[in-house]
Amino acid sequence: MCNESWACLIEERIPSQKGAGEALQSRLLEELEALHWVDPDIFGIRLAFEEAIVNAIKHGNGHDEQKWVRVVCKLSNERIRIEITDEGPGFELDGVPDPTGEEQLQVPNGRGIMLMRAFMCRVEYNEAGNRVVMEKQRGASSDD
Amino acid sequence: MAVNRRLNVSEVGDVTVVHFVDRKILDEANIQELGQELFELVEQQGKQNLLLNFSTVEFLSSAALGKLITLDKKVKSHSGRLKFSNIRPEIYEVFKITKLNKLFDIQEDEAGAIAAFAL
Repeated sequence: MCNESWACLIEERIPSQKGAGEALQSRLLEELEALHWVDPDIFGIRLAFEEAIVNAIKHGNGHDEQKWVRVVCKLSNERIRIEITDEGPGFELDGVPDPTGEEQLQVPNGRGIMLMRAFMCRVEYNEAGNRVVMEKQRGASSDD
Repeated sequence: MAVNRRLNVSEVGDVTVVHFVDRKILDEANIQELGQELFELVEQQGKQNLLLNFSTVEFLSSAALGKLITLDKKVKSHSGRLKFSNIRPEIYEVFKITKLNKLFDIQEDEAGAIAAFAL
């Protein structure tokens, strides 16, 4: 992905508190609308962002208010890139069970990553598991 | 009697119909409160036929799905029935992706859902 021209850059760090990402999410939605993104893309980006932020705050940083979540969003008319980094030890991605399996279907949690992958074109974790990069092309499905 | 801040509750015959006050069900603090109010309907008020009308809901996260799963278990453990109605296409897609459309009884509209309780 060379020579990418981004129209908007959002770079913030948020505390590891419940609801801390809400203002940033609102700002992200405003910027997407200003760049003429529409539903269902906005819905999907919003959901993926929410899930990733909650994962970083809750599972990554364990709601430790001494730890921060760094968020970098790059937006253009056609593409969005979101990078979310927590200060936790990371996790084993392979250890996350399939939430649609018979044994997991009635488990109340564990669907965040699945939803991120369903609505974004690319979801990648670093080796440690404490940084996720998500990307989406306007109008493209997660299978594209 | 419980004071509901997240729910608007009404009775249609023997069906308890619930509308959500919040358009977006994602903030974890709100979800906690929402869950408590839903659980109280079943566990303390003994409501057995529960219909959740999602017409005002524009957005929900996986945390909300978790509360709904727990609610479903509580309703079933009290020999009750739970149905959903008026779910927007984008949100129904979330239920489909997670295969929770197989777990929950999702009806198209409130009238149809209320009628389904009589079956």
